Amino acid sequence: MEKPSAGLWRKIKSRYNLVGSTCSKCGSNYFPPRIVCRKCGRESKMEDRKFNGNGEVVSFTTIRVPPDTFKDEAPYIVGVVRLEEGPMVEGHIIENSRPIDIGTKVRTTFRKMYVDGEEGLIYYHYKFEPV
Amino acid sequence: MAGIVGYGVHVPFYRIKVEDIAKVWGEDAEAIKTGLNIHEKSVPGRDEDAATIAVEAARRAVHHAGIKSSEVGAVYVGSESHPYAVKPTATVVIESIDASDHVMAADLEFACKAGTAGVQMVMGLVDSGMIKYGMSIGSDTSQGRPGDALEYTASAGGAAFIIGREKKEVIANILKTVSYTSDTPDFWRREGAMFPTHSGRFTGEPGYFKHITAATKLMFETTGFGPADFTYAVFHQPNGKFPVVVAKQLGFSDKQIKPGLLTPIIGNTYSGASMIGLAATLDIARPGDRILLTSFGSGAGSDSFVMEVTDNIEAKRKRAVKVSDIIGSNKVYIDYATYLKDKDFIKGR
Repeated sequence: MEKPSAGLWRKIKSRYNLVGSTCSKCGSNYFPPRIVCRKCGRESKMEDRKFNGNGEVVSFTTIRVPPDTFKDEAPYIVGVVRLEEGPMVEGHIIENSRPIDIGTKVRTTFRKMYVDGEEGLIYYHYKFEPV
Repeated sequence: MAGIVGYGVHVPFYRIKVEDIAKVWGEDAEAIKTGLNIHEKSVPGRDEDAATIAVEAARRAVHHAGIKSSEVGAVYVGSESHPYAVKPTATVVIESIDASDHVMAADLEFACKAGTAGVQMVMGLVDSGMIKYGMSIGSDTSQGRPGDALEYTASAGGAAFIIGREKKEVIANILKTVSYTSDTPDFWRREGAMFPTHSGRFTGEPGYFKHITAATKLMFETTGFGPADFTYAVFHQPNGKFPVVVAKQLGFSDKQIKPGLLTPIIGNTYSGASMIGLAATLDIARPGDRILLTSFGSGAGSDSFVMEVTDNIEAKRKRAVKVSDIIGSNKVYIDYATYLKDKDFIKGR
């Protein structure tokens, strides 16, 4: 068992439900959430924003030499997805029967990302899936 | 009166065919396909478990119901493959559907019928006025020992049902529910054991058939309904054969059970099995249709429900992700070696 649970707990909203932030002053959206808007600086008014999880693939690559954490998952695909609300989000892209390419429409789905050994926590996370 | 206000289903897209399993063990695939009435089963991805399946089903149920998830007052998750021995699957669901923290929640286990037991629990809470909506989920990534007969059927999937009582929201009133329960050692898995053990043919007559029949006949007696009073019937489906046989014994036709009989193409999703069958039936049901559901969980018990579909079902249908769309497209077939790897059955790595 390697990891304390507080780190997981703090990020649950973002990892489960794609909760980022939005600046109510200028409307800029961010994921992961920011406490200061890049455009508005000290004038920013940041609020939580739950994104709908739909987007399209901007870039992707197949991982064949994975870190130990994902050694049994390889080969797997990670990519960058532009959400409908604007933010660019990095994430795993699940290979179902639909082809994956730049521009492929995806949605978020709820999956296990990482299991901490035999006795540790299970880390759940969003992943993207072609639709 | 409590009734269904929304439902959602999730079934993993991986499949393995009976032929691929039978080939490894030197068995006659055609004989198994005919004997068990099963052709292929769903297999969870390496990154799926009973919690992820429950979450996907729950999110679809909230969308279908068209309610605020913050108004769900109780969440119960029935499974015999909860990811943790101690830490609730229900809390993962609550967080993932963005429910309020002011919610009753627990994990349930009663072999393949824990999800319908949860429906009975939330019916009581809704009818008593303690909560506005309650959700019960049946979700499993079931286990079958390599080489065992269960390996052909033990699959993965789940369904979530939201129960409420607002007339304008209910798509199917639940007119009555009854149960039949006894201490019957037909199938079990001890704490820490990787695979369940079953009593072979003993699981049939003293287990499945006795309990399904007793609960359904009790329902007939208490409601005055008979098989001809139902448009559809759904029975627990550990394989594709048992539900066909028990339906015939009770006086139902093949036509009545056909929409809800999915085990032949997705396997036995355990806690999800009868609930996914009900969801598939509701996908095509019309206002006024009457539906009988009788679940079964080894150990053993059966919950029986009589439901009557309301006019609201048509308006909500456009928001439903149909079971036929979930299980009929997007499939990825895997071979037996991949199946062993994905189920973490390969030792010594």
